[in-house]
Amino acid sequence: MAAAPLSASRKGFLALAAAIALLPLALPNAYTYEIAILVGLNAIACVGLNLLIGYAGQISLGHAGFFGLGAYGSALLASRYGLPPLAALAVAVGAVALLAWAIGRPILRLKGHALAMATLGFGIIVSVVIANEDQVTGGPDGMTVVPLSALGYTLAGEKAWYWVIGATLLAAVWLAHNLIESPRGRALRALHGSEVAAGALGIDAARHKLSAFVISAVFAALAGAMAAHYSGFITPSKASFVHSIELVTMVVFGGMASTLGAVVGAAVLTTLPQLLTVFKEYEMVLLGGVMMLTMIFMPQGLVPSLARLLAARRKP
Amino acid sequence: MSASFVQFVLSGLTAGAIYALVALGFAIIYNASGVINFAQGEFVMIGGMATAAFIATGLPLAVSVVLAILVAVLVGVALEKLAVEPARNAPVVTLIIITIGASILIRGLAALVWDKKIHAVPAFSGETPIALGGATLLPQVLWVLGASAAAVVALWWFFNRTLAGKAMLAVSHNRLAARLMGISVGRVLLMSFALSAALGALAGVLIAPIAFTSWDAGVMLGLKGFAAAILGGMGNGAGAIVGGLVLGLLESLGAGYVSSAYKDVFAFVILLAALVFLPHGILGRRAAERV
Repeated sequence: MAAAPLSASRKGFLALAAAIALLPLALPNAYTYEIAILVGLNAIACVGLNLLIGYAGQISLGHAGFFGLGAYGSALLASRYGLPPLAALAVAVGAVALLAWAIGRPILRLKGHALAMATLGFGIIVSVVIANEDQVTGGPDGMTVVPLSALGYTLAGEKAWYWVIGATLLAAVWLAHNLIESPRGRALRALHGSEVAAGALGIDAARHKLSAFVISAVFAALAGAMAAHYSGFITPSKASFVHSIELVTMVVFGGMASTLGAVVGAAVLTTLPQLLTVFKEYEMVLLGGVMMLTMIFMPQGLVPSLARLLAARRKP
Repeated sequence: MSASFVQFVLSGLTAGAIYALVALGFAIIYNASGVINFAQGEFVMIGGMATAAFIATGLPLAVSVVLAILVAVLVGVALEKLAVEPARNAPVVTLIIITIGASILIRGLAALVWDKKIHAVPAFSGETPIALGGATLLPQVLWVLGASAAAVVALWWFFNRTLAGKAMLAVSHNRLAARLMGISVGRVLLMSFALSAALGALAGVLIAPIAFTSWDAGVMLGLKGFAAAILGGMGNGAGAIVGGLVLGLLESLGAGYVSSAYKDVFAFVILLAALVFLPHGILGRRAAERV
């Protein structure tokens, strides 16, 4: 029993690596590369968020706040204060980790809907501050961001970015898998089952929840910072409540407690609106409809439900 | 008491009454089903938009308002029947995503059926301001406060004096025991969505002459209503009203005396502080968790 999920997750990791390696064969132009990169960025944030929602069982409706802080932090440090972009990225992500730790300590004591509200409030505060401090952030109009460069080489072009984001996503998934299969990951899942029972077994609930929160914030900030340097321009919408909801929806849609599910959820829900623009005014109706139907008929999410369906098919 | 203070309190109470109605809608559905209905704000939007649309066809205001509330009730009932009931045994987060999907769908339909323009609804009894201690008061504000108070009294009567209301309370206390007493839980769920939709639409109709209405007007009002419900203590009726009024007042005073650009930040900072120090809300009780 203990060996089965390990091999499944390894299979998932190899499948993802193969998909990332082979996908460029099916990408005809820069626009499709751009969508693939957006999928990758959202997927990095979702893999982190899935550790918090799917494994530790704690909801967050404010992760776009961390995404936005990573993006604006790295952009400001590099563009205004002249830090080398890689150093700016590292400092911004580190600062977000500290901030997540500081706010996570008091708010993770909350449960269920109160926690949802607290994280939502945090996200809204971040997005309003970013939109209002136009002297620093450029306000609703956004600001330009210098490209990512190191040792005289500047990362430019969709193809180069595709490989960097692909490698980062693989690293993120690998880290998440390792964490999930470690004693710490088992502690998280015990928490999800019952916090009281986990506590009775000697698991420090507060510490484990906080570490999952900080890790998920770091993943979101990293994705945000990379998104800023990739597109060369950021607006406060990246930190908005709507983006927070999008991230949670991707995690739940793909399948909670499934790292591959988080990636698939990010892929489907990032690509779908691009495809639906063909239908123009019907776009929102179709998006809402697809979300509802999937969750009604596959309440566990896309990947776990399909995996179960396949397993059932295999048995005679 | 300065005139500006009176003015801030009046606008705070107006917004607070609207938040309270939306928060009551959240609380009613939450108590009956355990679902946080993120489409609650869309009922508010339907109330305002449908009223504007019916008035545009030449119907009198009163008829338009009643029809608009009926439209919202129909949408609420459809939401429960078609989306929430089939997924009854799904995890809570899944149900949240279903209602978020529903809110996107309803917003998309509103943009299709009506349009993406901003609409005005005429004030119920004129626009002539009433002077009050140096401050001015729009007649519509009296409508907002009066109708909200009437709705609260009607709800109190419904939950305490009618069989249907008592059945809903029973289900919220203990679903299994209520079913054993012969209460149809399915009908209570349906009724809770209809009632919440009606309350949301009423809020939308009342605020539309002051704040205008559009296809996406429900998003922020829904969030504020959710915040008010949590602030007061989720699932607590009196808490929803207190939470709504407190949120409206804090927002208005913060916007007036500190910074209007940071109005929302002000509300949410206090909300975060309140959550950390009063994790069950102002009027919430339940201190122990059942295992």
